[in-house]
Amino acid sequence: MKKGSAELLILALVDTRARHGYDIAKLIEHRSGGTVRFNIPSLYPLLYRLEKRGWINGRWVERPGERRRRYYRLTAVGRRVLAEQRSGWDAFVAAINRIVGAERA
Amino acid sequence: MPEWRTDLRRRLAPLRLPAQREQEIVDELVDDLDDRYRERRASGASEAEAERLAREALDTNEVLRGAFARAERPGDLEPIVPGGGGRAVMGTIWQDVTYGFRALKRNWGVTAVAVSTLALGIGANSAIFGLLNAVTLRSLPVVHPESLTEIRIAERRNATGQFSGLRPNLTYPLWEKISAGQTSFSGVVSWGNTTVNLTAGGQARYVRNLWVSGTYFPVLGVTPELGRLFGPADDQRNCQTPGLVLSYPFWQREFAGDRQVVGKTLRVEGHVFEIIGVAPQSFFGMEVGRSFDLSLPVCAEQIIGGEQPLLPRPDAWWLAAMGRLKPGVSAEQAASELQGLSAGIFQTTLPTKYSPEDAKSYLEFKLSAFPSPSGVSGLRTRYENPLWILLGITGLVLVIACANLANLLLARASARAREMAVRLALGASRRRLVRQLLVESLLLSMVGALAGVAVAQAASRALVALLDAGRNIIFVNLQSDWRVLAFTAGLGVLTCLLFGLAPALRASRTAPGVVLKAAGRGLTADRSRFGTGRVLVATQVALSLVLIVGALLFVRTLRNLTTLDPGFRAEGVLSTQVDMQPLNLALAQRAEIHRRVLERVAAVPGVESAAEAMVVPVSGNGWNERVLLGTDLKPAGISDVNRVSEGFFNTFGMTILTGRDFTARDTTSSPRVAIVNEAFVREILQGDKPIGTTFAFQPGTGDPVLPFEIVGLVRDTKYRNLRETSGAIAYISEAQAASPEPYTILLTRSSVPPATLIGPITRALAEVSPAMIVDFDVLTEQIAQTLVLERLMATLAGFFGALAGLLSVIGLYGILSYMVARRRSEIGIRMALGADRRAVIVLIVREAARLLAIGLVIGAILAAGAARTAQSLLFGLEPSDPATFAAGVLALAMVAVLAAYLPARRAARLDPLVALRED
Repeated sequence: MKKGSAELLILALVDTRARHGYDIAKLIEHRSGGTVRFNIPSLYPLLYRLEKRGWINGRWVERPGERRRRYYRLTAVGRRVLAEQRSGWDAFVAAINRIVGAERA
Repeated sequence: MPEWRTDLRRRLAPLRLPAQREQEIVDELVDDLDDRYRERRASGASEAEAERLAREALDTNEVLRGAFARAERPGDLEPIVPGGGGRAVMGTIWQDVTYGFRALKRNWGVTAVAVSTLALGIGANSAIFGLLNAVTLRSLPVVHPESLTEIRIAERRNATGQFSGLRPNLTYPLWEKISAGQTSFSGVVSWGNTTVNLTAGGQARYVRNLWVSGTYFPVLGVTPELGRLFGPADDQRNCQTPGLVLSYPFWQREFAGDRQVVGKTLRVEGHVFEIIGVAPQSFFGMEVGRSFDLSLPVCAEQIIGGEQPLLPRPDAWWLAAMGRLKPGVSAEQAASELQGLSAGIFQTTLPTKYSPEDAKSYLEFKLSAFPSPSGVSGLRTRYENPLWILLGITGLVLVIACANLANLLLARASARAREMAVRLALGASRRRLVRQLLVESLLLSMVGALAGVAVAQAASRALVALLDAGRNIIFVNLQSDWRVLAFTAGLGVLTCLLFGLAPALRASRTAPGVVLKAAGRGLTADRSRFGTGRVLVATQVALSLVLIVGALLFVRTLRNLTTLDPGFRAEGVLSTQVDMQPLNLALAQRAEIHRRVLERVAAVPGVESAAEAMVVPVSGNGWNERVLLGTDLKPAGISDVNRVSEGFFNTFGMTILTGRDFTARDTTSSPRVAIVNEAFVREILQGDKPIGTTFAFQPGTGDPVLPFEIVGLVRDTKYRNLRETSGAIAYISEAQAASPEPYTILLTRSSVPPATLIGPITRALAEVSPAMIVDFDVLTEQIAQTLVLERLMATLAGFFGALAGLLSVIGLYGILSYMVARRRSEIGIRMALGADRRAVIVLIVREAARLLAIGLVIGAILAAGAARTAQSLLFGLEPSDPATFAAGVLALAMVAVLAAYLPARRAARLDPLVALRED
């Protein structure tokens, strides 16, 4: 089965723009319609681990009128991993759909 | 804004991160928590509420710490996948366990129902098993119980003489010869039981005495708690001042565990004995189900046995014996040695008073050896079969309960289908999901089993209390041992598989593609989706029919026995046992004191009539004789015998059918007379006219033949117990007894409650002589005590039968409600297309009826088989009693239809528009 799908979710979310932790958690929950939910003990360790691998990069950012927050952004390595995982995922979903879809037709 | 930092630092502290790193993590998490808090506040939550919700995101301490510890471990590059394939199995199982606990906490309603169902089910099973274990499986608390072998006569038929105690296997002369002659055993022991009286006069105070041979404690390897126990030197024939050993419970109870008790004295049957020691706490004797208060050496029987001690008599059966096999000797070898010795032993101990027929039987006896590592027990013989049946009953109840849980979890599995689909899509393996769900079920059943242990403790105490009626004090060591614990744990795992496997497999079969589609279910529910649930419900119905039929059979058995006409009126009768031995009366004075005692008691206010009897009817005691007829003294059969005084029949509400009662004119100098019952006329006299006929009892060798003339006829009554068919009884006159005993039983009928007469009668008898010892029984209570087993079976089978019925009706209700909920759209369409409410009700009820019918048919077949195994416990009805089966089927069907009607009515009230709009 597919491993590392949770990583894929996070990599995809920080691809287009830098986001802070709670923002990521909220987006995942919102976009999955509430079925996927990351609490603090599951989200942050995952972020730290991705950071340690060098796939994402966290930086403290201070913007005028806002508090200092830690934003995560995709690194070059991360971008490559994301591309790989995306194509792998697409192939997987396509395969599943071919199987399941054929049964349903 | 709430203060998060202290809390976070405390949670992270055990990780011992570099200060800067910890600061960074705390900062970031504070931001996150602040966001959550602000958001909740913005959507209207109170401050406290918002703080609680934010903190919830932290989950438990351990989880937070564990997760961060893994992430912060140097060089750790493993991906984290919720529900993904595990790297370290133990670690992921721990994850499953903690997740399982959270899942159970979230659904606390389901959890509470499941845990309490399991606790009751497992508890009931453990309780019965614990009792079964204590009674039949556990070894004796002595050294090397496996080498213990009981020594008794292999097939003892037609033994005659006096039998006393709980296990009257041998006479003392036989024991002496066996003990001297055998070589297969490294040691042989004998023991016997009596009740002995500790008071010097007035109301008796009976305690249980254990007679033991001098070899008893040394051979069994029992060591004293205090002082010393008997050795061979204490048990010599004609011993004069033997000591006395106390049991541990008696020492605690009577002497408050006084460690200075050795050397004190105790008066037993009027004789003073010195206490030499206390037996250990674990030791209750050789008979499971019995214990003792004090112990005397066998030789002391001659001291306290009164004027006719049992010890020297070759026809007094009162001892049991066991041997410890020598190493390398098998029980078979020992048995064949004993058989070889038998001829000589029985020849030299032959009672001189035996008739030729009795002597012939006696000389044919063969001694043998029977391995008995778990002791011997009359209790076991009586209760083993009923206890297995009860275990079967509680086992079935547990299966039914598990079926309900399985259905409950199946329903929840459907509700969690989306969760499973998402986890599968995110990369969880199916095996891991099955494991996760099984871990959840296992948690449930383990918590249930733990609670079950507590339930079992209470339940088994209640069970023993139910069994423990009146005088028959039952002692069962209910301490849990490894067998009970293993049984309970095994039940936990088994129940988990029973109710957890189906939902787990179902959930893992989830097709993510289908479920994740927004409305991933069709308008008519898939039939197979209810398949498992329907099989479960039909099974439940079948099994509960078995239990209900069983319960009805036992309840009707009890009813048959309690409403049975024993042939006499027991209500209002008090039996008073009077022991006159302390008066040391000469034979010639006894008839007179018997008369005075009876007169005095008859005069007590409230007593309507009084009489004497040797044997109290239906007390379990008996006395029978071979009857000889005609001038040639032809043996005509065996009759029960009772010796009663004038007024006995009146006291028991029995009328004399023809002839007369005993009168004051029947004396030792007038011709001997007898009154017989109708069965005596049928069986012994072959229907001849009884009045005027004479008969005799088979006399002992050398004794004269004593003829009795029949002067009266009474109706048949039960003699020993309620279950027997009434047989021949001959009543002979108390007043004509040649040698009256120094004790008697008085029976009084009163209009006041019998127990209220205990005080007045005790005082009246003290006026005759204060040294007499008296003891009382209310006859109806005494009879009720003989029905303990029947009452136990009826109560428990009734309770579990009702419980089983209730559980399966709940199961049926549940599956139908669930079906109605899942088929809302279908029902909506049907109604939109013109089906009326009745058609909808019929649709649902028909479904219920089909399940019910299948279950009832299978159940009736199973019940017929099961009932046969309980045949020996039934009374007054056949195991296949059609009325009982019909009643069981009808009762179950009625409640089941009611259970089906409720969801059906709910379906019929459905608004088709609402139902269709929802999906």
